[in-house]
Amino acid sequence: MTQLAVTVIGPDRPGIIADVTEALVGTGVNLEDSTMTLLRGHFAMMIVCSGPFEEVKSALEPLRGELVITVRTMGPEHEHAPIGPSYLLSVHGADRPGIVAAVTRMIAAAGGTITDLATRLSGELYVLTAEVELPVTAELEMLDRALEITAEELGVGVSLRPAESDDL
Amino acid sequence: MSVAHLNQTLASWSPAQLGVTGDVLEVVRAPHPVLATEGATVDPLDPVMVALAADLVATMRVSPGCVGLAAPQVGIAAQMFALDVTGHPKTRTCHGVFVLCNAVVVEASRQEKGREGCMSVPDFTGDVKRATRLTVTGVLPGTTDHVTISTDAFEARALQHEIDHCNGHLFLDRVAGAHAVYPRKVYK
Repeated sequence: MTQLAVTVIGPDRPGIIADVTEALVGTGVNLEDSTMTLLRGHFAMMIVCSGPFEEVKSALEPLRGELVITVRTMGPEHEHAPIGPSYLLSVHGADRPGIVAAVTRMIAAAGGTITDLATRLSGELYVLTAEVELPVTAELEMLDRALEITAEELGVGVSLRPAESDDL
Repeated sequence: MSVAHLNQTLASWSPAQLGVTGDVLEVVRAPHPVLATEGATVDPLDPVMVALAADLVATMRVSPGCVGLAAPQVGIAAQMFALDVTGHPKTRTCHGVFVLCNAVVVEASRQEKGREGCMSVPDFTGDVKRATRLTVTGVLPGTTDHVTISTDAFEARALQHEIDHCNGHLFLDRVAGAHAVYPRKVYK
């Protein structure tokens, strides 16, 4: 069974998820990981699932129109092996172009990888939150300093804190 | 469940003790830089600071749903905030209305996640882990005596939120995950 990536984007209305997943059920697809949110009011969903490509494509065909739907085959499943401990990155400040690019470049330069990210804009305020894995060899102090300098240049605030998880 | 022992000095404090009537000030919103500035230590006897204490209470009083207001939120980078969690459904221990200067956390335990909003970040809420058992020391405006407040639940959360403001931090700096900031939902 091929692993497929399905994306659905369009104007939000009640029932989109029900419509999409009902169509998929009919093809024998098994939903695996998915995420859905509203991005400035637009419905946006990504699904990775296993199923027959052609059937999935044609099952979703009737939903196309206002919704932009893509179906692609993916390579073999790629298990993400953590490269090191997790941190939470938080950036907020006055909106301007380049905040995400500059901050994420600093993370990449330190060998870090972003495993989850969300940004929101409201009025003048831009907010970025991300979960970041850093290699154990990463120079945390240098990264903190680099982020601080970048943040200062951008006129935003930045914080990088260890992500706590409590085992119960 | 037991309720933390009330500090009677704080619990019986009233804004009338300031001897001045406060003005309602404008509340600033992020990304205003004052909200990211560490507040200066204040002289609690300074008449300007006593007046600011009255202003914070007055501004908090006219703001619907507001349980706390810190000096940076009215544009002044100073270590002072007003608090009053009276009547909030999540409140257990309650010291009523009070203003503290130069407050610091001395003990914090039993972290729990809760969703917070802020008058200075009106369009978002966020999940933040905060201690639910808390001890804080500070000085009442117009006095020189250090008071110690031990509290829990919502009063503890509100105190930590306000002390963060005094240090130039917003709840956005402490959210519990990449997807822990939410657009504020307003029903029409």
